[in-house]
Amino acid sequence: MSEYILECGNLIKNYGNKKVLKGINLSFAKGKIIGLLGPNGSGKTTFIKIAAGLLKQTGGEIKIDNKKIGIETKAIVSYLPERTYLENSMRVVDTIKFFKDFYSDFDEVKALNMLQKLNINISDSLKTMSKGTKEKVQLILVMSRNAKIYFLDEPIAGVDPAARDYIINTIINNYNENSTIVISTHLISDIENILDEVVFIKNGEITLHKNVDEIREENGKSIDSLFREVFKC
Amino acid sequence: MAWNFSKEQSIYTQIVEHIKISIISGEYKLGEKIPSVRELAVTAAVNPNTMQKALQELEKMNLVFTQRTSGRFITEDKAMVDKLKEDFAKKQIIDFYKKMKSIGLTKNEIINFVEKTFGEMN
Repeated sequence: MSEYILECGNLIKNYGNKKVLKGINLSFAKGKIIGLLGPNGSGKTTFIKIAAGLLKQTGGEIKIDNKKIGIETKAIVSYLPERTYLENSMRVVDTIKFFKDFYSDFDEVKALNMLQKLNINISDSLKTMSKGTKEKVQLILVMSRNAKIYFLDEPIAGVDPAARDYIINTIINNYNENSTIVISTHLISDIENILDEVVFIKNGEITLHKNVDEIREENGKSIDSLFREVFKC
Repeated sequence: MAWNFSKEQSIYTQIVEHIKISIISGEYKLGEKIPSVRELAVTAAVNPNTMQKALQELEKMNLVFTQRTSGRFITEDKAMVDKLKEDFAKKQIIDFYKKMKSIGLTKNEIINFVEKTFGEMN
């Protein structure tokens, strides 16, 4: 059994003539929280969409739990998209049913507990909710699956600091040592304390993949400062 | 409340320091049970693996110990905590002395200043 939950080799994605991923090599160990960090347009979302099975790569290989991307990997991948795919007209209770139907690893009790703690009425429809609350509902759904790997694409973008704290707490609370969480973001200072490893992605290439504490010890600076240096415009 | 971390040091060494100070200050009592790794990770808003690593380090230093079934506890060794407190105070004083010295104060001047300032504080 491999110690890696995700492995990819020379992963390439082109949109027409535009090269978005230029031959990425990456291995993600089990039981880690990994930050996928890069500026807008660096290829973060494309990479995640390929891993989640929503896009097909142009070239190279990617495996999750030693399997090619497909039905089997979708069953063990929990994905929080950058933009919601839930219908605004749905009530929270409908979204729960939706997840229960789709994913056999969905823990309904866990989801209901988390919603209750936030005083979210499950018969409310999504369109009546603020952006922050909607983000929280979606995160709760995604984190209530017992998946092997979670991909959270920009989970804290565009929400207020209190909602951000809640989201970070929810991630720590639901993390377990058998699962890996990949968080893509450009809001690094908010999230760097909960990361084990970071991957810097720049113009479709990986420029760094390292343990967070090692980076701090070796460079004497936070990930946020290092990021600002590496990606200076 | 999330703990405050400086940018320059690794998170894990800062967690070790933070808990050490909580022990010295008596916020954690001798022999007291400490919260689980996850609870502590949530409180500090840090990665649970990092918290785990810090606690293992504190265990190596014999400041906390694990009881297999019931969790982690603060050491019961009062002499060790006293020694730690003394070392900590000593280090603060040395740092303070270096700073004062760098602005040209002598030892006696520093002591006079300290006494004068303490007088004003009361």
